[in-house]
Amino acid sequence: MHYGEDHQLTGSQAGRITYTLESSLDSVNRVEQTAEQMAKKAGMDEDEVFRIAMAVREAAVNAVLHGNSYDPEKRITASFENTGEALVIRIADQGKGLDPETLPDPLAPENLLRGSGRGIFLIRSFMDEVHFKQLHPGTELTLIKHLGTAQTGS
Amino acid sequence: MSMKVNTRQVDGVTILDLSGRITLGEGSVQLRDAVRDLLAKGSKLILLNLGDVNYIDSSGIGELVSAYTTVRNQGGELKLLNLTKKVHDLLQITKLYTVFDVKDDEASAIASYTRA
Repeated sequence: MHYGEDHQLTGSQAGRITYTLESSLDSVNRVEQTAEQMAKKAGMDEDEVFRIAMAVREAAVNAVLHGNSYDPEKRITASFENTGEALVIRIADQGKGLDPETLPDPLAPENLLRGSGRGIFLIRSFMDEVHFKQLHPGTELTLIKHLGTAQTGS
Repeated sequence: MSMKVNTRQVDGVTILDLSGRITLGEGSVQLRDAVRDLLAKGSKLILLNLGDVNYIDSSGIGELVSAYTTVRNQGGELKLLNLTKKVHDLLQITKLYTVFDVKDDEASAIASYTRA
């Protein structure tokens, strides 16, 4: 698969790998696949690998689409770390910022038939912890899956 | 990686056999275009066969909802057939499973449509 020319490995130390990527769907796919490989390597079962990869994909979509609005001048950064106790994935954009408190509840009856607005909800459903940090400009999402709580080997 | 669409007609119902991924920028657009084309041709009884859809993201879920409401607003019916476990689970989590009319048998799905 082609991922575009404009990405680079910007750091690999203490078990953390960081990529800086252009604001494109290729970057989304790359980040998703990296998360999938990381979860498999950590011994997660197929369902858990799917959930982690999907959560990370949704975070990357948010960064590329809602954060950076596909702006070719803006980058996303994605870092992946297995601390031994948890998988920690950070996805950051250079957009105008996201306040998670303002997001409508996609499960509310009046929102059920909306054509969008489920990404953050799915991320929260699939990960053990989700943290938002304002970067001024931009938003960083930290997605955490505890290795102890994940269902492995079933 | 992207989605394939095959169209069939059975007893006045248009079946879209979808396979692959329904995700942002890939299957989502194809699904939207396919449903829009059917409505433009006057085909308002639509059955989406998702048996070979192995992946769907929030964009794809949103597109299913948009297809459902678009068809319904034009007086038609859109139903889902043969959900994989992953898609089934996602519709459960998002509370959409009871919004859609979900079928697991093609013949009974075809028979369930309201004909004018």
